[in-house]
Amino acid sequence: MKIDVIESKTVVIPVENIDTDQIIPARYLKTTSKEGLGDGLFFDWRYNPDGSPKPEFPLNQPAAKGAQILVVGDNFGCGSSREHAPWALTQFGIRAVISTSFADIFRGNSLKNGLLPVIVPADVHAELLKWSGIVLKIDLAAQKVFLPGGRSVDFPIDAFSKNCLLNGVDELGYMLNQEAAIAAYEAKRQGSVNTLA
Amino acid sequence: MSGNNNGATKQNGTSGPRTIVDKIWDNHVVAQQPDTPALIFIDLHLCHEVTSPQAFSMLRERGIKVRRPDLTIATMDHSTPTTSRDLPIVDPIAATQIAQMEANCQEFGLRLYNRMSDHQGIVHVIGPEQGLTQPGMTIVCGDSHTATHGAFGALAFGIGTSQVGHVLASQCLLQTPSQAYEIRVDGQLQPGVSAKDIILAVIAKIGIGGGTGCVFEYTGSAIRALSMEERMTICNMSIEGGARAGLVAPDDMTYQYLAGREFAPKGKDWDEAVARWKQLPTDAGATYAKQLVLDASTLEPMVTFGTNPGMGMPISGSVPTPSAATDPIERSDLEKALKYMALEPGKPLAGHPIDVVFIGSCTNSRISDLRAAAAVMKGRKVNPKVRMLVVPGSQQVRKQAIAEGLDEIFRAAGAEFREAGCSMCLAMNGDQLEPGQYSVSTSNRNFEGRQGKGGRTFLASPLTAAASAIAGAVADPRNIAGKLA
Repeated sequence: MKIDVIESKTVVIPVENIDTDQIIPARYLKTTSKEGLGDGLFFDWRYNPDGSPKPEFPLNQPAAKGAQILVVGDNFGCGSSREHAPWALTQFGIRAVISTSFADIFRGNSLKNGLLPVIVPADVHAELLKWSGIVLKIDLAAQKVFLPGGRSVDFPIDAFSKNCLLNGVDELGYMLNQEAAIAAYEAKRQGSVNTLA
Repeated sequence: MSGNNNGATKQNGTSGPRTIVDKIWDNHVVAQQPDTPALIFIDLHLCHEVTSPQAFSMLRERGIKVRRPDLTIATMDHSTPTTSRDLPIVDPIAATQIAQMEANCQEFGLRLYNRMSDHQGIVHVIGPEQGLTQPGMTIVCGDSHTATHGAFGALAFGIGTSQVGHVLASQCLLQTPSQAYEIRVDGQLQPGVSAKDIILAVIAKIGIGGGTGCVFEYTGSAIRALSMEERMTICNMSIEGGARAGLVAPDDMTYQYLAGREFAPKGKDWDEAVARWKQLPTDAGATYAKQLVLDASTLEPMVTFGTNPGMGMPISGSVPTPSAATDPIERSDLEKALKYMALEPGKPLAGHPIDVVFIGSCTNSRISDLRAAAAVMKGRKVNPKVRMLVVPGSQQVRKQAIAEGLDEIFRAAGAEFREAGCSMCLAMNGDQLEPGQYSVSTSNRNFEGRQGKGGRTFLASPLTAAASAIAGAVADPRNIAGKLA
């Protein structure tokens, strides 16, 4: 799940406050694995009650095929903490999501699953929302999004997450290496509960 | 505390006046290295069947044990049926998930309150009920409504499944600090207006992204006057305002609630704990990054009209008109919401026919919620066009309701009185709306399809929900004669 440069056309869902119940409905959460979630991505927006695809929904349009960059409205990924949302997006083939803001939990979950949340300024965002299918290049090392005309905009990401994504390493290894600090902290803790008592 | 984002600017560990959030943070830093989020110790991890299986698989794949099984408690609530416990689980996928939870807890040595346990219930109801939730703790769960535990002055927040794995493996999380956001509510609530109405009013004001990157601290005389269960209702919906956590500084009400509960400290340990807890409240002179002030006495019962919890209004109000919105995306989102809800702009919501009333969820399924609903229902009937479900938050709440005869009041009125669980809040256990149906629900989310594909949700308080069940339509509880909590 390494990320370096993503160069792809975009697909645009111009809706604000898209919650994780829309990204992956709760009925898909009964699984005990991570498999097959891509099929449930935006299911109730992608399909009619009879199971036929809704042709007008952006992800169903022929031009969206193969798009790895999703452009969406503000506050993407709000609501439930389900990590099934980034799992479903990445299984569908999405590698980066561009917006002006992301919900905190979704953003954290995405960074742990090789899905890059990219925050761009409002004016650039407004333009990107208008042009589905344009090709963008996202360079994580440089923290830049290159627009079709050659202009680029910077995007923020914390140094630790960036390093994890560039090198394809996960956080847990780093955490387990802090064993001595954790043990030292535990030795001075007061008033712990004991759920096994 | 906002995941790994770099939106947080506040520097902690300074010697000046600190907020309760700063204090809890400072008490839990295990390690802090440059250009790296802090390693934070987690005092209590709550675990349920839906967001944990992939975390246990990860431990198994990497050959890692649970570091501190004594700091995790597990239960079953989300995909668990609320029909009779004598019956098997009909849905084979849910049955597999629940069986997997049993197997995982056994393999990794965790205490599990399973479907047959007297302590089973919604994870955010049982933590406080058992005295596991205590002031000053860091508490996490693979569930966005973990902020509920903030009612006790704990820093409690939802995490994803990867982080569930991190906590199981290391009892720590990597976090960056959040900004403190004071939500001050002064004044006295009017009769018929409750904690749920306060939080729905807050979210309507700031919007569902208004608290992103923040932790809410609820302060003010109206918050102080609330019971612990009411404070839980408020903190519970912090995430609906975009904040991962929300809390209320502990006070005598907190200590009285906790004293004598199963996992609460006893004897000398209790005295020491209370002395520590009394150090937690925000220092005079500490500053907040943001602030909202609300006057409780001006609030009415609230109800949502749209497809996110920020789309709410006083029950006497009218559905907003999209053409009045200046921002084009805001206008199209409102149009989309009203189309989904099949509501006409400019019309009042009161009097709108409904099909289902749901009393339950981690927001409003505690004994005081059931008492409030029962006070309205007593001697009255659920409208024949309406199906009403009352789903207690835990087996303990259920037992107490039965002891008080509340189950009989609900049944006599024509409502179903169920086993404990999340039920129709997220509709993954078979309890759900049919396409096109309207509900008045005491839960926390009115997203499209949240209560069942094509279902339409009006969020409200238990009083409003009960009054609506009788009327067969969205109803103002202040119009119901008799006792109002």
